[in-house]
Amino acid sequence: MTPPKIKALIMEARDFDRALTRIAHEILERNKGIQDLVLIGIKSRGEILAERLAAKIKGIEGSEVPFGALDITFYRDDAGTHRPEKAPTPTLLPFDVNKKKVILVDDVLYTGRSARAAIDQIIDFGRPTSIQYAVLVDRGHREFPIHADYVGKNIPSSSKEKVLVHVKESDGKDEVYIAEAEA
Amino acid sequence: MTWKSKDLLTLEELSASEITHILDTAASFKEVSTRSVKKVPALRGRTVVLFFHEPSTRTRISFELAAKRLSADILNVQTASSSLVKGETLIDTLKTLESMTIDAIVVRHKCSGVPQMLANITKATVINAGDGAHEHPTQGLLDLLTIREQKGKIEGLTVTIIGDITHSRVARSDIYGLTRLGAKVRVCAPPTLLPVGIEKMGVEVFHDLNKALDGTDVVYVLRLQLERQKNNLFPTIREYSLLYCVNNERLKRAKKDAIVMHPGPMNRGVEISSGVADGPKSMIDEQVTNGVAVRMAVLYLLQGEKEEKHV
Repeated sequence: MTPPKIKALIMEARDFDRALTRIAHEILERNKGIQDLVLIGIKSRGEILAERLAAKIKGIEGSEVPFGALDITFYRDDAGTHRPEKAPTPTLLPFDVNKKKVILVDDVLYTGRSARAAIDQIIDFGRPTSIQYAVLVDRGHREFPIHADYVGKNIPSSSKEKVLVHVKESDGKDEVYIAEAEA
Repeated sequence: MTWKSKDLLTLEELSASEITHILDTAASFKEVSTRSVKKVPALRGRTVVLFFHEPSTRTRISFELAAKRLSADILNVQTASSSLVKGETLIDTLKTLESMTIDAIVVRHKCSGVPQMLANITKATVINAGDGAHEHPTQGLLDLLTIREQKGKIEGLTVTIIGDITHSRVARSDIYGLTRLGAKVRVCAPPTLLPVGIEKMGVEVFHDLNKALDGTDVVYVLRLQLERQKNNLFPTIREYSLLYCVNNERLKRAKKDAIVMHPGPMNRGVEISSGVADGPKSMIDEQVTNGVAVRMAVLYLLQGEKEEKHV
């Protein structure tokens, strides 16, 4: 597989960090603090972003917000017809979701199908008070009635393009690109 | 890495990367079994037939649980209560099932090669749950998963398999899987219980248990298949036990951190002493737990054709 051709750099490390800081503040403002708050990232990059948001919230409020990670592979709507390239990894939710305000975190919101799968999976673990959705990038082209409560940046894109989110922990740099989809 | 096969018939036909992919997938299914809702919707609406022509408790229950935890529907077809006792051939039974649009069929049969034969004539996925003295691939995979979890790797380990190698499909699947992933395999049994030419599978042959255990990382004890011992392959069970029973005294020859495995059901005091079976080195319960995870991974990975779709 050839690497996708990069068309434009949309967010660099500073923009990336500012967006996360703003989202952290918005989460605290909307929920009036961290009471009953938990962060759940969608693997793999959502997990890293959830961890970063947890650190930011700790920096603002001074106490820890629990965070976990979901692997949604088994909940995908194409689970029975699609053979994944990557082996799934375990879901880690080290807390009870019952009566919690869940902030679901992902890197890119596109069709909304991942969010649907993630919501279904969370509900299998219990009944949260609410589920709110935070994404670094909203690129449009929804196929499901899903919207994000917190958005780092809206990036209008063509469905022929790819939006790539890179994070320090797994890709070396915090950056967001638009790239050509592979032919 | 994508595993593209329609069926799982043997470990012989799998590459090292395919085996690793199945084990990695199984590792995440283990987490599902620890939840309070032990179920994911991955195979919702699929029908899995458990087609068992030989007595089996743990394999059948393990497959049944695996399919249920993936939300598939299960159908149990057992020889005694099926049309096979009225003289219907296996192929006709399969065609009947296929006409009812099943998605996967898990087969156990006393004859080697039956799953292969069925796989050639059906569009459904066929999973071998043990055929004669040929292979038992999901047992091989769960053993590999257990070893990998306990030792962190498989490459470079020494694994000693003890017992009735001739009649053991478990031994064959384990040997294929372990050698493919780079382990050194020893087999140990009286000559009458070793098939001719076993060394061609890349194993080292021992007849003396003490020597075979020297410095080994994994001690794999096979069940002495009492139901298959009608040809006087050894004088008495007592004598077999004196020479080949794995007990704590003999286990001292293995590495300090060695683990002991057994595919079950055990004949306590025949091939394994209770002290070892219930001791701290025993991974027998862990094997059973991993069995469900491995079967979930196999059922999941074999469903559906490869199709590019972005979420």
